[in-house]
Amino acid sequence: MTQETNIRRHTISVLVDNEPGVLARVIGLFSGRGYNIESLTVAEIDASDSLSRITIVTSGTPMIIEQIKVQLERLVPVHKVKDLTLEGPFIEREMALVKVVANGEKRVESLRIGDVFKARVVDATISSFVFEITGTADDLDRFIDLMQQLGEVDISRTGAAALSRGTSTL
Amino acid sequence: MSSGTILSGAEIVIKALRDQGVDTIFGYPGGAVLPIYDALFKQNQIKHVLVRHEQAAVHAAEGYARSSGKVGVVLVTSGPGATNAVTGLVDALMDSIPIVCLTGQVPTHLIGNDAFQECDTTGITRPATKHNYLVKDVNNLARTLHEAFYVAKNGRPGPVVIDIPKDVQFADGVYRTPGESQPKSYRPQVKPDLNKVEEAVEMLANAKRPIFYVGGGVINAGPVASQLLTQLVRMTGYPCTTTLMGLGAYPAHDQQWLGMLGMHGTYEANLAMHGCDLMVCVGARFDDRVTGKISEFSPGSKKIHIDIDPSNINKNVRVDLPIVGDAAYVLEDMIRIWKARNKRADQVALKAWWDQIAVWRSKDCLRYEKTDKVIKPQYALERLRAAVAGRDDVYISTEVGQHQMWAAQFLPFNKPNRWLTSGGLGTMGYGLPAAIGAQIANPGALCIDVAGEASILMNIQEMATALQYRLPVKVFILNNQWMGMVRQWQELLHGSRYSESYSEALPDFVKLADAFGGVGLRATKVSEVDDVIAEMIATPRPVIVDMCVDQKENCFPMIPGGKAHNEMLLGPADKVSEATPEEGMVLV
Repeated sequence: MTQETNIRRHTISVLVDNEPGVLARVIGLFSGRGYNIESLTVAEIDASDSLSRITIVTSGTPMIIEQIKVQLERLVPVHKVKDLTLEGPFIEREMALVKVVANGEKRVESLRIGDVFKARVVDATISSFVFEITGTADDLDRFIDLMQQLGEVDISRTGAAALSRGTSTL
Repeated sequence: MSSGTILSGAEIVIKALRDQGVDTIFGYPGGAVLPIYDALFKQNQIKHVLVRHEQAAVHAAEGYARSSGKVGVVLVTSGPGATNAVTGLVDALMDSIPIVCLTGQVPTHLIGNDAFQECDTTGITRPATKHNYLVKDVNNLARTLHEAFYVAKNGRPGPVVIDIPKDVQFADGVYRTPGESQPKSYRPQVKPDLNKVEEAVEMLANAKRPIFYVGGGVINAGPVASQLLTQLVRMTGYPCTTTLMGLGAYPAHDQQWLGMLGMHGTYEANLAMHGCDLMVCVGARFDDRVTGKISEFSPGSKKIHIDIDPSNINKNVRVDLPIVGDAAYVLEDMIRIWKARNKRADQVALKAWWDQIAVWRSKDCLRYEKTDKVIKPQYALERLRAAVAGRDDVYISTEVGQHQMWAAQFLPFNKPNRWLTSGGLGTMGYGLPAAIGAQIANPGALCIDVAGEASILMNIQEMATALQYRLPVKVFILNNQWMGMVRQWQELLHGSRYSESYSEALPDFVKLADAFGGVGLRATKVSEVDDVIAEMIATPRPVIVDMCVDQKENCFPMIPGGKAHNEMLLGPADKVSEATPEEGMVLV
């Protein structure tokens, strides 16, 4: 590991058997080998074949990213690993629920900003809103940053879901 | 019994082991595996070897596997049975040894309740194994067992744990044959990309200062891989060095072999690695013991890396041409293409390269002070080497420390599967159970555990196993009363402050052998060495030899931590050239 510069964010898609312990294997691999996890999402995508898709956002040097891919590939329940960042254009979306507690003008402002970001109000009280927002991680970061200036916030983020553009499938 | 037969879980275990060709298992009974032990009792096709500690069960299975090429099988109980096995499992993981370890588990309805002798075996062994399973449904048991064997031996081999709750062992279920049970996802690549092999052959033919750097992957690929390697190395006329794990992959008596490389490798091997222009790594993994200071590792060379595990490639060292595949397939293709293209090494360059190597060789880096005042450990091993010369059936295991490195340096390994040592994990206590496993796999062979007096005490209880099964294993202790390698590092790096590395209260090993029912022999004078070795070999029973050697001898040559291949210490007269950099001090 001679090159420690050139650290980049990568989104990696992993097709796995939906079986007990598979997520622990993936997470254990990352913690055991000192790799970074920025976000991780997992859910079953094929009930008949019992397959789940894990989307991991990580960062590292090209050498580390290459290691992450091959280390994932050698886990027995892993069917396929795709580095979306390397393999052409892809779409990445994340959903967040953002509660903003504010009154008066700040409450109104939160609604305006929500509108600009195309966030949906999914809960409202006289002194709070819960927004549902979908976008890239950057969009969500900016939205949350603005909301934090308006009042107390409570946030739940899903982590990234991602697919490659075009006709290729995992 | 055909597929579809209804059997109890315990019977399914035995049936599956039989169908996998298992004849021996190493284990220790307990509450959560009693049904399987009951099923074992009712049959006589599988021999069970009762060890005295579960760690030793795994090491014995490793010794069995490494000396026979088969999968080693372990059976232990839940809780402490499983946790005691963990060291052995990690050892097998680090050294890529195929092991299937069956662990008992509390009944499914008690899992998670902190039941007696319950532990989260799959959780604990997840990073300790290549893969593991918890079988909750008896109808999945046969498939899982067969899949475990497939995973353990295919690709880069490793240990697999199957955790079987006690109620699953009692329950009736459907038996399935091995053919029906391959995993859906695990398909390691064994055949190489031919374009890359062709490229490798071109690089090989054009090299001026080439070297083959060979590891345990060649041994794991089977004896045929060692033969192919030997053929390729001889065809090219190039030098070859092996790692600690690769000893025996290339015949040690051959002139083209430069000895072992790495921290305690030979001067010529390390200097040739440093100065080569082409490195062909076959089944090795650029481990830190081998590379020394990574930023100064073989700076001027192109590197070809042949490995069955893609995660080994570009992990520590960037290589120019990676080839993923089984060593035997890759070597076979390389030989075929080399011949088909009528390749021939550049003889002028090769001669110059061998001349340079001869200069390095003339340093005679394994020399040590010859004396008749005290038994030098190297001398004891040289006499052992002489005593077993010409024999094909000698299996050497070791513990971990100075004696291990001396054994690697001074004992000759001309064939694969004869050398059993804990390379990756460095597990003290490995050697005696490994020798037991090797002896069971090779009845009639001479199985010697070259040991230190500290390491041997970590699994000395296995003498009882050796006695029970009348296994004539030999424990050859180089007794210097110190944890020698610890003391050596304290001397070189910690101002000779010998913190806790002296064993003040050692047992009398001769009496200890006697107490177990074996034979104890001791040599304290140089003149006694040959007689003791001869008697050890002639005694058809377990023997402990207490070879009382020079207490101060250190293991050379040595690349101190954080130094490069060309900064070797050749003997006690060489001091660490400058203050060892902090970066080196923190390395182990």
